[in-house]
Amino acid sequence: MANLINNIAKTPNNNAANHPLADDVKAVNGHHNRDLFEAKKKIYPQRTSGNFRNFKWVSMIILLGFYYIGPWLRWDRGPTSPDQAILIDFAHSRFYFFFIEIWPQELYYIAGLLILSAFALFLVTASVGRAWCGYACPQTVWVDLFIWVERLLEGDRNARMRVDNSKWTLRKFILRFAKHSIWLTIAVLTGGAWIFYFVDAPTLFWQLLSFDAPFVAYGTILFFTLATYFFGGHLREQVCIYMCPWPRIQAVMMDVDSLVVTYHEGRGEPRMSVKKAIKAQAANQPTGDCVDCNMCVVVCPMGIDIRDGIQLECITCGLCIDACNDVMDKVGKPRGLIAYDTINNEQIRKEKPNATQNDGIRWPWHNVRNYVYLGLFLAVGFIMLYSLATRARFSISALHDRNPLYVQLSNGAIRNNFEIKLLNMQGKARRFVLYTQGLKNVTFSTSTLKDNFSEVVFVTIEPDRVKSIRAFVTVQKNSLPDDRQQDFKIIAQEINGPEQDIYAAKFHTPKKTK
Amino acid sequence: MSNKKTDKYKQQETILDELPEHEKSRMDAEDYATTGHEWDGIREFDKPIPRWWLWSYYLSIIWAIGYVIAYPAIPLINDYSKGLLGWSSRGAVSEEISIAKLAQAKYVDALKAASLGDISANEQLMTFAVEGGKSAFAVNCVQCHGSGATGSKGYPNLNDDEWLWGGKLEDIYTSIAHGIRYDENEDTRYSEMPAFLQDEILEKQDILNVANFVRSFSNLDHDANLALQGAVIYAENCASCHGDNGKGDQEQGAPNLTDAVWLYGSDQATLVKTISNSRRGVMPAWSHHLDDTVIKQLTLFIHSRGGGQ
Repeated sequence: MANLINNIAKTPNNNAANHPLADDVKAVNGHHNRDLFEAKKKIYPQRTSGNFRNFKWVSMIILLGFYYIGPWLRWDRGPTSPDQAILIDFAHSRFYFFFIEIWPQELYYIAGLLILSAFALFLVTASVGRAWCGYACPQTVWVDLFIWVERLLEGDRNARMRVDNSKWTLRKFILRFAKHSIWLTIAVLTGGAWIFYFVDAPTLFWQLLSFDAPFVAYGTILFFTLATYFFGGHLREQVCIYMCPWPRIQAVMMDVDSLVVTYHEGRGEPRMSVKKAIKAQAANQPTGDCVDCNMCVVVCPMGIDIRDGIQLECITCGLCIDACNDVMDKVGKPRGLIAYDTINNEQIRKEKPNATQNDGIRWPWHNVRNYVYLGLFLAVGFIMLYSLATRARFSISALHDRNPLYVQLSNGAIRNNFEIKLLNMQGKARRFVLYTQGLKNVTFSTSTLKDNFSEVVFVTIEPDRVKSIRAFVTVQKNSLPDDRQQDFKIIAQEINGPEQDIYAAKFHTPKKTK
Repeated sequence: MSNKKTDKYKQQETILDELPEHEKSRMDAEDYATTGHEWDGIREFDKPIPRWWLWSYYLSIIWAIGYVIAYPAIPLINDYSKGLLGWSSRGAVSEEISIAKLAQAKYVDALKAASLGDISANEQLMTFAVEGGKSAFAVNCVQCHGSGATGSKGYPNLNDDEWLWGGKLEDIYTSIAHGIRYDENEDTRYSEMPAFLQDEILEKQDILNVANFVRSFSNLDHDANLALQGAVIYAENCASCHGDNGKGDQEQGAPNLTDAVWLYGSDQATLVKTISNSRRGVMPAWSHHLDDTVIKQLTLFIHSRGGGQ
């Protein structure tokens, strides 16, 4: 905090007056310019090029590509299951992901995925800081896309500002109309792609076009369309600054060894234009490497000045690094005036610009915590993979009738009734034989009609189904167990297959009477 | 540690004092810079919300006004404001019920047309019938037969394989539809065991003897001498309905006296009471109250409990 205030105090604002674009080049969300009584000030991020910009393009293409194409990928699962590769099928309570099919009772895999994501986020945040915010967050990615559209139509920063400030002309109208139309189209596609993850995509697509789709489909598209349009086109950085809880949570996970975007203050200050620097050098006065071109401010999509130090608004997208490296190349100074670095290293370099390991400069992965996170992530991942590879695709469970617990039959025998559920989690019909173990002189059948009495039950379960049967377990009078509750097993064994599952049940009898 | 904190805080204060003039103008009043709240040296800045956020509040207020106009909202003395849409939660429920009824119609019609045997052969219809029977049972039958259809003294257990009037589908249907000894229904099942003591047919000792004989059928504790005497009386008075070997007769509603299931109890005192006074339990004819389809559903539900024959 002291460091932050320090930066505020030191920032020389007067220098900006010499710059031709002084009024325009403002870190509108910088700490001393922010006045929240006023309406949101529009940010006009200028185009940059460089490693981080390229990384953002690649990440955007991969993420958006996967999002839009995802539901259209097919995966053959046989005639009885849907062939959509990624499908969250609420109607039939199944989740499909390529070769994985998850049933409701296997929902712990989803919990496992959440734990995995949590460890991944801890790991990423603790080591490389807000990388999620800068490169992968949907808000960042869609805002990037919307700004790209804006730039394509209206031009770069200055051109956009001119269009914004100009009077309404036919050209401006056409530009605005085109921009909002494309934004809305992207927004509709975004909402549209979302719902395709929940039902068969091609079917729903034709239903949507022929207005046969259910209301909830149109409603969801509308909701996501509006959310995408307003968040991506209008609210932009406001979402990160005011609405998102993640920046606040991240602060807890980061420490002095986490990577953040830093301005190398010791090297950069005192900042001055190239002309002034020449003069100052002639007069033997100190000069910094920062030429105060404000490029880092101009390209920032969050509207801050990174030279003010680490700030809540910074999503560490690295665009200012690209911009500054460009300028440093042009003025013939080494790159890295703005760079990814840790707070620890930055503090040391502030005093001693050429600090080395001996001065306390540390590798970002200095912290043991990161390795613990990595270890936990891998452990959970391997446990999940192992259990996924070896999980059962058949299961039996039996619900003993509560009322009555037992039935006294006329010949003195006692009957217990069970609701048995058999889960066939494979895409083919399978036949099982069910029998009991642990009771003597017992009949086990799905019917009480005398002709059908037997000791085993044969069941064929349709592919990918739960079969529910009512079964009656009857023990003859002379073999009734001594205990009022006798443990026994209901065993289901696959015929022509290896799978077997056992349900531990209890046989109830009435109190013995004379 | 605490010293360090205070130092830090003091440092912040001095930095604020050293701010350039234009910055100071914003910070001149201390209560503008912070809210005055302070925890462990962390002070809360006084920052107003962004304007678009304010607009979201206004929009919520407008929405609320619209809601009050459109939906029931304001309680009046004897009534409430109905709202322009005329929506009510009761109406919503009855709408849902009518939708459900519509969805059921196809099955209900099929049940109406099909015979009991046909229904039990059709898995889908059977499931619908048993589920419907379950809820009809919960409304109409549990008062006597209990929620698990286990009955109690005088009210038969419907889970077991002992049936007074038969456990086939048709038998159960007739019992439900026409009742047992229910005078208002012409086709009701009727049987009347004499009250042997009340009607002065038998002496007290005879009855005790018969009770001992009846207990001997199922090897319950009994006095062999009394039973021997009771056998003669049984043959003369009881065998016409209950049969020579005590197996009973479902045609006449005469219970089987040899098995393990006893409607009123098998101890000697209870048997003496039963023979002396007779029992003559009554069940209403449900065709007077329930739709034929519902009776079919009840029949199939009871048959599926495990005792059906």
